[in-house]
Amino acid sequence: MSKLILRRAGHTGEEMLLNFGPQHPSTHGVINFIVDTDGEVMKKAIPDVGYLHRSIEKIGEVTGYPGFMPYTDRIDYVAAMFANEGYAIAVEKLLKVEVPARAQYLRAASCELCRIASHLVSVGTMATDIGATTPLVHALRERERINDLIEALCGARLTYNYHRIGGVAFDMPTGWKDQVLAFLDHFESMLTEFDRLITYNEIYLKRLGSVAVIPRELAIDYGLVGPNLRGSGVDWDLRRDAPYGAYKDFKFDVPVGKGLAGTVGDAFDRYHVRILEMKQSSLIVRQALERMPEGEIMAKVQRKPKPEAGEALSRVESARGEMAYYVVSDGTDKAYRVRARTGSYLAMGIIEDISPGMMIADLVALIASLDVVAPEIDR
Amino acid sequence: MTPTEIHERLKAKFGEAVGPLSEPKIDPFAVVKADALVEVCRFLKATAGLELDFCQDLTAVDWPKKNVIEVVYHLFSYKHRHGIVLKVEADRAAPVVPSVEGVWKAANWMEREVYDLFGVSFTGHPDLRRVLLPDDWVGHPLRKDYQEAGGYHGIPNIRENPLVELRRLDEVKIAAAARNRPPPPPPAAAAPPAPAAPPAAPKA
Repeated sequence: MSKLILRRAGHTGEEMLLNFGPQHPSTHGVINFIVDTDGEVMKKAIPDVGYLHRSIEKIGEVTGYPGFMPYTDRIDYVAAMFANEGYAIAVEKLLKVEVPARAQYLRAASCELCRIASHLVSVGTMATDIGATTPLVHALRERERINDLIEALCGARLTYNYHRIGGVAFDMPTGWKDQVLAFLDHFESMLTEFDRLITYNEIYLKRLGSVAVIPRELAIDYGLVGPNLRGSGVDWDLRRDAPYGAYKDFKFDVPVGKGLAGTVGDAFDRYHVRILEMKQSSLIVRQALERMPEGEIMAKVQRKPKPEAGEALSRVESARGEMAYYVVSDGTDKAYRVRARTGSYLAMGIIEDISPGMMIADLVALIASLDVVAPEIDR
Repeated sequence: MTPTEIHERLKAKFGEAVGPLSEPKIDPFAVVKADALVEVCRFLKATAGLELDFCQDLTAVDWPKKNVIEVVYHLFSYKHRHGIVLKVEADRAAPVVPSVEGVWKAANWMEREVYDLFGVSFTGHPDLRRVLLPDDWVGHPLRKDYQEAGGYHGIPNIRENPLVELRRLDEVKIAAAARNRPPPPPPAAAAPPAPAAPPAAPKA
């Protein structure tokens, strides 16, 4: 079958060059795909990115170290907690600051709530892209409640600016713990509902099974990270395998793609890993809240920190996979270089090479299953 | 393996082409000669016991003082859970570094980004064109001496200080208010005439 498709995708002189975007509901932001197509079968899809480039890395060289924190929110606004945390950890490494235990736990709890919110957007929009419009409404309904909880914690619903160099900005408000636990009780049952609604729906399984398969070796070679990597069967999670912050204290499973709907590494596996991860995140939030130690939420950090000259790389397991910050200091109160390596950027690199022979409708499934977010690609 | 042990294996194999490991301030790194880079990377990826199969990060740092652009490679192995940082120095005037796209596919897009934002050209890269900025953009913004051109096809990318405009609007408003104010009544009409001093009684 695939050979037949590839032959059909050869040059016949009847190909059409199609702009798939930049304003297209299924491209998850402002991305353009230049699709070389012969009817429904693509010869190649070439991603054209940069529409949202704001040169955030250059801004990082102009603002001081603490002043850059609100900008990190804008790197990935669907899961801004991780962008905060990654930058904070990199600067803490440079400053050799020890973060208090309570702040570590608050970071873990806020990040895992944010991961659930981000995965809800991902699986909801994926279902919409494939043609099922109802699940998105259910997913967004739950995400609203998480937004409410995070708003109670830090006052913002999207760009949190909650983590600080050396800790977090606010302690949890009175009664927040019970609100979160009540939400999690409700949410875990909702996951079952979501599974019944869409995950094990036969049409859904057939639509995504063995579609846009990324084998294990290819996933590593192209540097896929996070759920995309685990969907291809690589058992790797920074939170478990190279724990940072409070994650060494928590017990959780790392779901890995098993080829439930056909082949390991297909679009369904990447989707399913996210569904299973939400359950694990919920467990982590419970553990973090139950064992939350008393104490300070901020370490002692100068108002204008001046780390000694050097460089540090921090890695955090974001909702879109490993996010790396590389910060270079030259001994002044401004960073010499700030670099954010994001999961979506690397995921875009693979599209051109696995698109030949795919159907246009499957390109939508591929983009949605990679869970790319345009500002995270362009920065 | 620690970075030191990986570095020792590299030293044993490549000798002078691999520089000494930096002072372990936070993350130690080794500077590699550009000519040997691809060989070193192939060795790191293929050798049993090293197997650095993940190119975590590939970026650059501009150092006008040293007149170099450093290209930085963060490498990692999923199997052995170790990693090392390599650096290659390129002349700022015409930075050229061999591409490692043939070793890790992930390097493809990251090298394109470095080409786009720093102007480092990677020899052997199959598709070296700008990725984030438009194709006809002038200059490489992450260089330290980059000057904004002031616009792109008539779209300004520099905004003047909004306070200047606000102050101008303020002054216009004050001037208009001054114009529209009803003319002040003549002082003579406003002030009731002071009662004339009673004539001094003539002296008898």
